[in-house]
Amino acid sequence: MKLITAIVQPHRADEVKEALAAAGIAGLTVTEVQGYGAQKGHAEVYRGAEYQVDFRPKIRIDVVVADADLDATLDLVIAAARTGRIGDGKVWATDLVEVARVRTGERGEAAL
Amino acid sequence: MPAADVAWMLAAFAVVLIMFPGLSLFYGGMAGTKNALNMMMMCMSTLATVSVVYVLFGHGIVVGDSIGGIIGNPSGFWGFLGIYEDPGEPMVSDPFWFAFYILFAAITVAIVASAAVGRMKFSAWLVFSLVWVTLVYLPLGHWVFGGGWMREHLDFHDYAGGTAVHMASGMGALALAFVLGPRRNTQMRPHSLPLVLVGVAMLWMGWIGFNAGTAGGANFLAQYVTLTTLLAGSTGMIGFCLVERLRDGRATTLGMCSGVIAGLVGITPAADGVDALGAMALGLAAGAVVAWACTWKTKLGIDETLDAFAVHGIGGIVGSLCVVLFGYAGSPAGIEGILFGGDWSILLAEIAAIGATCGYALVMTFVIAKVLDKLIGLRASDEDEYDGMDLSQHAETAYDAA
Repeated sequence: MKLITAIVQPHRADEVKEALAAAGIAGLTVTEVQGYGAQKGHAEVYRGAEYQVDFRPKIRIDVVVADADLDATLDLVIAAARTGRIGDGKVWATDLVEVARVRTGERGEAAL
Repeated sequence: MPAADVAWMLAAFAVVLIMFPGLSLFYGGMAGTKNALNMMMMCMSTLATVSVVYVLFGHGIVVGDSIGGIIGNPSGFWGFLGIYEDPGEPMVSDPFWFAFYILFAAITVAIVASAAVGRMKFSAWLVFSLVWVTLVYLPLGHWVFGGGWMREHLDFHDYAGGTAVHMASGMGALALAFVLGPRRNTQMRPHSLPLVLVGVAMLWMGWIGFNAGTAGGANFLAQYVTLTTLLAGSTGMIGFCLVERLRDGRATTLGMCSGVIAGLVGITPAADGVDALGAMALGLAAGAVVAWACTWKTKLGIDETLDAFAVHGIGGIVGSLCVVLFGYAGSPAGIEGILFGGDWSILLAEIAAIGATCGYALVMTFVIAKVLDKLIGLRASDEDEYDGMDLSQHAETAYDAA
């Protein structure tokens, strides 16, 4: 099993969610996060004085998938999140040692 | 119709009182998330400190029998004793006037608080506000509103407190910020512009009570200054936003709000002396000059955080100069502006009044702040400042995540 973590533009989060739901992914977790990448921060001007805002708001989506679904899911997320401009974010995957469904105690891919 | 006078003045009083939460929101929204409550506490607490001072000896220093034109007799109205005789008919009487004057004094001190955002011990602020109102506002009030030397010997024009209220608080803020030194983190940007805007709306409403209440009754003057006060706030917006658009590329919410206050500050000394066109020109000038003046503090190297010096100090000076430049002879004040053929002597008197007010407030505030810093220490510790003044001074936070 893999944990896919996607950091995406806030205005693309709904598209990513819908694409994942359409592909039969049963659940995901969404967090509002802040950070920066190639886009860096931005400047705001108050009464003529410039303030540097280092972090930009992003949405972090965590989803767990079976090993066989990894590539297809990554492609889905990338297609749904992409606008083609700097700031579109990153997606990465990590190996998971174990997953359990809390309600039934099922383990492994049966718990997804 | 005196009963109508009483009714209007009581209404004006209530409206002016709204300026305190208004100023708290205006400054609180501009402070960082971790200093918003402390900012509001400093503003509101001036009603407490100034009321005590006023009842004990403050009112005497302003309007008591003059001692050499410098101060009124401090014991003149001690305890507000003996002012309670019912005149037997409806008229605006002493108990009302004494209460009304307290609001003027307290709002002046509250403006100075803006200079202290994020780094001044709350206890030190309370002591400072007691001393500042006593040694800066009350003597200036005597010179301008009471029987002091400026009013006796200078033929200057100040309708509702451009000198004693706005220039004094602007210069006081500059001197206090200089003595306090800059915040550790000057990159803390305004945290809630919606709060700022609500605060400005309340202040604008209060300003109508302030200026039209200064008319003293339900009369023509009150209606006249309502018009000029509205117009100056409106064109103040234009002036400030125009400078922003040209200089920074965008008109901003904070700029619009600041422009309104700049225009209102400008019209305060001039509300009874300019006509509609004059009020609009004055507001435009005040808004534009204040937008420029907001950048001066960086050059001075002083972290005068919320720009009271620019908005109230410079805004007040612009307004005072405008009334002698394009005063309208047919106005209630009957001032013939220099541009319309008026006599140059009023300009000299105005400049003398501006110089005396600003110079006195600047020097006296500097001395007070320096002495208090030696005696009790004005600044919070670095750790307290880092944690935020809301948490370190009041053991509270305005927001869950702050």
